Amino acid sequence: METCVAEAPAKLSVHNIEKEFVLQGHKIHALEDIHLDIEEGEFVCLVGPSGCGKSTLLNIMAGLSKADRGDLRLDGNPIDHPGPHCLVMFQEHALFPWLNVLGNVLFGLKLKPHLSPKERLEVARYYLDLVGLSNFEKAYIHELSGGMRQRVALARALAPNPRVLLMDEPFAALDALTREQLYGDLQRIWMQRKKTIVFVTHNVREAVCLGDRVVLFSPRPGRIRQIYDVDLPRPRDINSINLAVHATEITTALKGYLKEAGAVAE
Amino acid sequence: MIRRVSIAVCFFIGLLLIWEGLFRLRIWSPVLLPSPVAVGAYLWEIACDGILWSAAAVTLRRIILGYGCGLMLGLPLGLLCSRLNFFRDTLGLIALGLQTLPSVCWVPLALLWFGQTESAMFFIVIMGSLWSVIIAINTGVRQVPPIYVRAARTMGSRGMHTWLKVFLPAALPFIVSGMKQGWAFAWRSLMAAEIYVTILTGFGLGHILHYGRELNAMEQVIGIMGVILVIGLLVDKLFFSPVESILHRRWGTGSAD
Ligand SMILES: Nc1ncnc2c1ncn2[C@@H]1O[C@H](COP(=O)(O)OP(=O)(O)O)[C@@H](O)[C@H]1O
Ligand SMILES: [Mg+2]
Repeated sequence: METCVAEAPAKLSVHNIEKEFVLQGHKIHALEDIHLDIEEGEFVCLVGPSGCGKSTLLNIMAGLSKADRGDLRLDGNPIDHPGPHCLVMFQEHALFPWLNVLGNVLFGLKLKPHLSPKERLEVARYYLDLVGLSNFEKAYIHELSGGMRQRVALARALAPNPRVLLMDEPFAALDALTREQLYGDLQRIWMQRKKTIVFVTHNVREAVCLGDRVVLFSPRPGRIRQIYDVDLPRPRDINSINLAVHATEITTALKGYLKEAGAVAE
Repeated sequence: MIRRVSIAVCFFIGLLLIWEGLFRLRIWSPVLLPSPVAVGAYLWEIACDGILWSAAAVTLRRIILGYGCGLMLGLPLGLLCSRLNFFRDTLGLIALGLQTLPSVCWVPLALLWFGQTESAMFFIVIMGSLWSVIIAINTGVRQVPPIYVRAARTMGSRGMHTWLKVFLPAALPFIVSGMKQGWAFAWRSLMAAEIYVTILTGFGLGHILHYGRELNAMEQVIGIMGVILVIGLLVDKLFFSPVESILHRRWGTGSAD
C-alpha cells in the first residue's frame, strides 16, 4: 500500500499568535502570545477549561480562520488556507449523511487527483480496516453508534494522508467505555502511522493518556501556561495509577492558574 | 402496507355509502347533490367518448410545462438568494410577498398582457409556483450545517465542487419539499387559470368544470373535481412520497414508512 505510507511527517511551528473576537461589543482576547513547536510524528495535547482558545488555535492551524498576528508554518511554509495538508476531526462528527461510510472516507480521496479510482478504494478500505469498520462500508451515518461515527470520521481524516491531524475534542460526546476503546485504537493507529497529531481536550486525564506533550492553557486571555512531557510507556491505560499521578499534577497547576485569573475551577 | 391500503379503501367506500345515503334521503335537491352513481356514470361517459383523456392531456401538458419552467427558474434563483445576501434582501423579499398572493390574483394581469392564450395560462402557473420554490431552496441551503462546509474545505473542496458535492446534497431534503410545495401551488394555479381563462386552444379539466357550472350539471362538476383530486394525489404518491422516503431513510430524519 504505497499510497498509505506517510510522506515526511510535518513540523508545525506556531509563533506569537494573537486572536481577538468582538462579542456583543466586548473584546475577547481569545489567544495571546502563543508559541509552540510541534515535532514530526509528535502527539501533542492542548488542554484547558472551555473558553481558553483551544478551538480557536486549532482552527487557525487548519487554515479555517486567520490569526490577527503571528506566524504559523508547516514545514517552513505559511498556512493560509484550509486543505488536505491539515485535516480536522471535529467534536460533532461532521460526516455527510447523504453518503455511506465508504463514500465519506472516499470524499477527501476523490479530491486527490493523482490517485486512480482503484487506489482510492484500496486506501479507503485500508483505513476503514484500521479503525475496525470493514464490515460497515455500506452503512449510512445515522445507522451507526456515536463511537462508530467518530471512527469513520477518523478514517476520513486519515485517508488523504494529511501531514498533520487536528482533533478538536473528538471523543467528548461519547460514553466512557467507548472513549476508552478509542484511546486504545488512536494510540495503536498513531504508533502504526506515525502521524503528527494535535489533540484538543478539556479532560486532563485524556490529555495525559494520549500526548507525548501536554500543553496547558488558561483562559482570559487564552494563553499557554506550561508544557509537560509525558514519558509513560505506550499503550497507556487511562485508569493506570501512574497516569493519575501525572494528571493530578497538571490539574493542580490548572486550578492554581484559574484561581489566579479569578475564575471558578471546574 | 396491505393493512393501510385496506383501511383507506374501506374509508372511501364508507364515504361513498354515506353520500349515497344522503342523496336518497332527499334533504337537498338532486340538482345540488347528485348521487355518486350519476357522477360515476358521467365519468364513464366522458372516459368512453375520450373527452376526459383529451382534457387531462391538455391540462397535464400545461402543468408539466409551467411547473417545469417554475422549477428551472426557481432553483437557480433560490440558490442565488441563499448564497448572496443582495439577492436575499431583494428577490427573496419579493418572493416572500408574492408567495402569499393567491394565484387567481394573477388572472386579470395575465389576461391583459397575454389575452386569452396559452401564454396566459403558462404565466399564471409560473407565478403560482416560482416563489415558493425560491423560498424553499433558499431556506434549505441556509440550513446546511456550516460544519459540513468546513469539513469539506479542509479536505480540499472549493467553489463548484463544494456546491455540487456539499450544498446541494445537504439541502436535498429541503429542495424536494420545496418542489413538492411548488407542485401543489402550480396545480392550484393551473386550475384557477383554466376556470377563469377561457381559451380555444385546448379544453383542460378546469374548463370542463367551468362548463359544468354553467350547465348546472353538478355531476360534471363533482366528477371533474374528483379527477383533479386524483391526479394531485397520484403525483404525490407516485413521485414525491417515494423520493421523500428514500431521503428520510438516508438522512435518518423522520419516520420512513
Ligand atoms: N466566532 C467567534 N466569535 C466571537 N467569539 C468567539 C468566536 N469563537 C470563539 N470565540 C470566543 O473565544 C474564546 C475562546 O473560544 P474557543 O477557542 O472556542 O475555546 P475552547 O475551544 O478552548 O473552549 C471564547 O471566549 C469564545 O467565546
Ligand atoms: Mg472548543
